[in-house]
Amino acid sequence: MFTAPSSVGPVASGRDRQQMNIVVIGHVDHGKSTLIGRLLADTGSLPKGKLEAVQAYCARNAKPFEYAFLLDALKEEQAQGITIDTARCFFKSSRREYIILDAPGHVEFLKNMISGAARAEAALLLIDAKEGIRENSRRHGYLLSLLGIRQIAVAVNKMDLVDYRRDVFETIQKDYTAFLQQVHLSPRFFIPVSARFGDNLCTRSAQMSWYGGPTVLEAMDRFEKEPAGREKPFRFPVQDVYKFTEEGDDRRIVAGRVETGTVRAGDEVVFLPSGKRSRIASIEGFNRPPQTEAYAGQSTGFTLTEQVYIPPNQILCRADQPAARTGTCLKVNLFWMGRQPMVIGKRYKIKLAAARESVWLREIYTILDATDLSMDSRRRQIERHDAAECLLETFRPVAFDAVSDIAQTGRFVIIDNYEIAGGGIILEALSAERDSISEHVHRRQKYWQRSRIRPQNRSDRYKQQAALVLLCGPPGVGKSEIAKALEEQLFDAGRMVYYLGLDNSLLGVDSDLQTTDERDEYIRRLGEIAHLFTDAGLILITTISHLDDYELQAIRTLNQPYPCLVVAIGSHRLAQSRPDLHIEKPDDVPEVIEKIQCLLTREHYLLEYHL
Amino acid sequence: MDYLDELESQSIYIFREAYRSFKDLVMLWSIGKDSTVLLWLARKAFFGHVPFPLMHIDTSFKIPEMIEYRDQFAREWKLKLIVGMNREAIDSRQTFPDGAVSRLQCCAALKTDALKHTLSGRWPRRVLDPDSGEFYTVENGTPFTGVIVGARADEEGSRSKERYFSPRGQESDWEVSDQPPELWNQFKTDFAPGTHVRIHPLLDWTELNIWEYIQRENIPVVSLYFDQGDGKRYRSLGCWPCTAPVESTAKTVAEIIEELRSGKFANIAERSGRQQDKEDGSGLETLRRSGYM
Repeated sequence: MFTAPSSVGPVASGRDRQQMNIVVIGHVDHGKSTLIGRLLADTGSLPKGKLEAVQAYCARNAKPFEYAFLLDALKEEQAQGITIDTARCFFKSSRREYIILDAPGHVEFLKNMISGAARAEAALLLIDAKEGIRENSRRHGYLLSLLGIRQIAVAVNKMDLVDYRRDVFETIQKDYTAFLQQVHLSPRFFIPVSARFGDNLCTRSAQMSWYGGPTVLEAMDRFEKEPAGREKPFRFPVQDVYKFTEEGDDRRIVAGRVETGTVRAGDEVVFLPSGKRSRIASIEGFNRPPQTEAYAGQSTGFTLTEQVYIPPNQILCRADQPAARTGTCLKVNLFWMGRQPMVIGKRYKIKLAAARESVWLREIYTILDATDLSMDSRRRQIERHDAAECLLETFRPVAFDAVSDIAQTGRFVIIDNYEIAGGGIILEALSAERDSISEHVHRRQKYWQRSRIRPQNRSDRYKQQAALVLLCGPPGVGKSEIAKALEEQLFDAGRMVYYLGLDNSLLGVDSDLQTTDERDEYIRRLGEIAHLFTDAGLILITTISHLDDYELQAIRTLNQPYPCLVVAIGSHRLAQSRPDLHIEKPDDVPEVIEKIQCLLTREHYLLEYHL
Repeated sequence: MDYLDELESQSIYIFREAYRSFKDLVMLWSIGKDSTVLLWLARKAFFGHVPFPLMHIDTSFKIPEMIEYRDQFAREWKLKLIVGMNREAIDSRQTFPDGAVSRLQCCAALKTDALKHTLSGRWPRRVLDPDSGEFYTVENGTPFTGVIVGARADEEGSRSKERYFSPRGQESDWEVSDQPPELWNQFKTDFAPGTHVRIHPLLDWTELNIWEYIQRENIPVVSLYFDQGDGKRYRSLGCWPCTAPVESTAKTVAEIIEELRSGKFANIAERSGRQQDKEDGSGLETLRRSGYM
């Protein structure tokens, strides 16, 4: 029988109203959709006619009516009887508005469950009283911990099937509490319910007078909104830098969302990992009153007093507060959803705060079976639905926080072949003895098949030291013209020299690369190609735009043991390593060639002929 | 921050992720209240600018006030407006109002097909020159790889399953049961050649939120949403043969909000005036899988 629930009444109106996302999870068939459907029906939150329409549909198709059908709005779902995706529904109590995310319990759809749960502020976890704790009851519990959801209520459902027995409920409560403790979770409520009959959902059950705790609706109302994090250090992942000059707007605006903390106009700020410093000049917005302070949760933008170059992938921090960490080695917990297993040595992409960077799996410490928390430290790859503690290494340094300090900048996803294939949290920064590329070169040099002709023989014959000459500078500055002229002059002087044009490698060995997105892979291949030429005793000349310190380091390492000479033409982005030669104005090509040739002679790359 | 601030902030964040990730980005503008709020949020995200074109699919059966409103604000806000149309179906009168096909077939031809082929650039695009106010035609345009859409999860069942960033196949098809995960605020911004991604900044907004935001920001909307004295107004806008006004005397935004919060529409679905949803039991889902918005 339906009785009007006590906690449903007029919702507070206006700006003091609150909204909260709650995810409902649990093993397949433990009754999630039924619980949500009933909750919507009992609180009068259904659109008029929806209940009747579904009832009529069931009658027409000779199916018994179930509350779950209200949610399973898609044909495919009704046919299979399982929730495929995270359906959202809206519902209100006297306390606040809720967005309920109905997450699928079937293991096939785990990534959908994760998508739902990652948006939630609290979770309602269902366990079937008759079936007890199942594989996904545990896996979902583990994932809540990984996703950082701390407010949990456990509903032991289908109590009607076990005659509303207290001992059944208490056994499940005891066992599941023990499990959750291992993943550092402690649920706030355990509630015995029968979603089908509405017991302890919105109204107290007459069948279970032994239970004195809150109903599901009351438990939800007792969850608290997560604090916004204004008291934490300021973190502002830079999404973009805008300048709409062509529309008559000269502001240069650093755009993003304040994840934690606050910042005021006039504050000194530092971009990490680049270390560039500036000061907030103004806080910008459209159709809003002027602001002197921006705070956690706001999507906003700043102008700066000094116009520093802002590379991609930065987090803006305040100079007077603890800075985000920077580094290339991250100890993490990650959960894998990809169709292909995650393997050591393959290049992936990491998305962390606003950063997108190449990343490798360096080492697997342990793989955790999330269904029983058993550990395995011998496996060498991370399979679908595995959770692993491992070491990741990025190509360039990234800025981040340990998740225990600041969750928002301590989480990441891994992209494999265009897909989000993994997600995880950063436990701490590590320093590796040797980066991946050095490790690779070390192994390469150890097993390299050497012929009987030694580098010295080649050097004596060619009267030169093999080297890579790298011309860097902005696009359109005339690098390739200089490179070609240099090649010609050295060739005419009898040197063994080759000019490798960018297009030639893109047409050949790199023809599989999407040029914009796979620059790191292009750099890696360039380093390996250079090594083949230099190992053959040649002087290889090539050009590259926007070379940064990390790319140069990678090329140098890959070209080992042969040297790499850097000639910067025009402006350049090298901060830590200095170019061997910097030509600011390359107006006179023969003069530039002369300078490069002098450098090669002075540094003994071109040996004098002794006739 | 109140809940409208939170919704606004998340939508802006999504806009900026989209703008950063997609070189060929376009936003669909249906002229209705949702996509007009969407347009407003774009101006919020980009500090008064709209740095990508807007696309309107004109069925030739839109209520005339909608087209007037469209052209007025496109000029006023200096928007890059693209209009797409299924000329062939309209000229050969293969439409529902002409009595040739069913409502769903008509939607599929005039909206879904027109959208699909205008997005890909296969069909001509009419582009508004914001300075002269005249339209000119572009043939063989570049395919758009990111499409921003104003769908809301609370509209109907199939939309509640959407992601913020939702990949579509070569034929604009939607694989409902195999969608990418979205963790925290990391979305699917990587996509294979030939596919495109639909982006939904309004997914978490309800109909009530939309009107509250229109009120707070003072956003101009089409007059059709208000009772003009005959006790009728439109709650949802579409083509005139398939969209009926509702009985309502709401003449202001405040009155509409009151009606939705506690008045006569508190428990009545918004699209109840849209006829195509009612054919075949799950009309909108069928349409959406093949590319309908």
